[in-house]
Amino acid sequence: MERIAIAQIGDCLLVTIRVDMHDRLALALREDLGRELSRTQASGVLLDISGLDTLDTFIARVLGGIGSMARLLGAETVLVGMRPAVAMTLVELGLTLDGVRTALDVERGMAMLHRKDR
Amino acid sequence: MSPALDKPAQGAKLERIEVSTERDLSRVRRAVSTWASTLGLGRLSKTRLVTAASELGRNMLTYGGGGTVHLDTLRRGGRMGLRATFSDSGPGIADPELAFADGFSSGEGLGLGLGGARRLADEFHLETEDGHGTIVSVVNWQGG
Repeated sequence: MERIAIAQIGDCLLVTIRVDMHDRLALALREDLGRELSRTQASGVLLDISGLDTLDTFIARVLGGIGSMARLLGAETVLVGMRPAVAMTLVELGLTLDGVRTALDVERGMAMLHRKDR
Repeated sequence: MSPALDKPAQGAKLERIEVSTERDLSRVRRAVSTWASTLGLGRLSKTRLVTAASELGRNMLTYGGGGTVHLDTLRRGGRMGLRATFSDSGPGIADPELAFADGFSSGEGLGLGLGGARRLADEFHLETEDGHGTIVSVVNWQGG
């Protein structure tokens, strides 16, 4: 089965979503991330969604769930690279993505995860 | 506004997609995205329509037991529009107004699907009868 790759950079896990994220792929990612978080004891997760041109309520719910799960496993999640049109569409849908923090790009997201005052 | 003037002229049929699994929703998103680009819809308008289509497709799958998506073009006042129509022969929606309310869900979703799709589309049309299926269509226009 097709999977989204998870890379480890220092004490962070980096996930780059490039494809159309269909439901099962999103659920598999959540499962894989849970396993990788507990295996690596990473303290941060960076989800790069710059390759996603749509984000519907199902995927948003899975991403929020990833944030909540990561927190329970001792890691912060930052969502980076959201396209402006996707952000505006999410607002119109009424979604706020409460469980995760956001940053413009991977670099800023990484800086956010490494800040001491988080 | 006169209904006759407002009525869009029938355009070309573009594509028909059967939706019976969640993988088919990817095909619907891709098709809407491709045709929206081809017809020259703006980036935001395209994203809104693809997202609305994803929500409606999932509703159709979850509550209607799957169905069919038709894509076609409309023309009105020199502008082209892309219409996506979702038809299922499921149980229908007993109380459409209630179903539009944010937070209302009879399934495990967030309850933003139907109302959200209506907000994202330039035009939204719903026909449903309790026990006799549902037809929902959304249209986004060039320059919208």
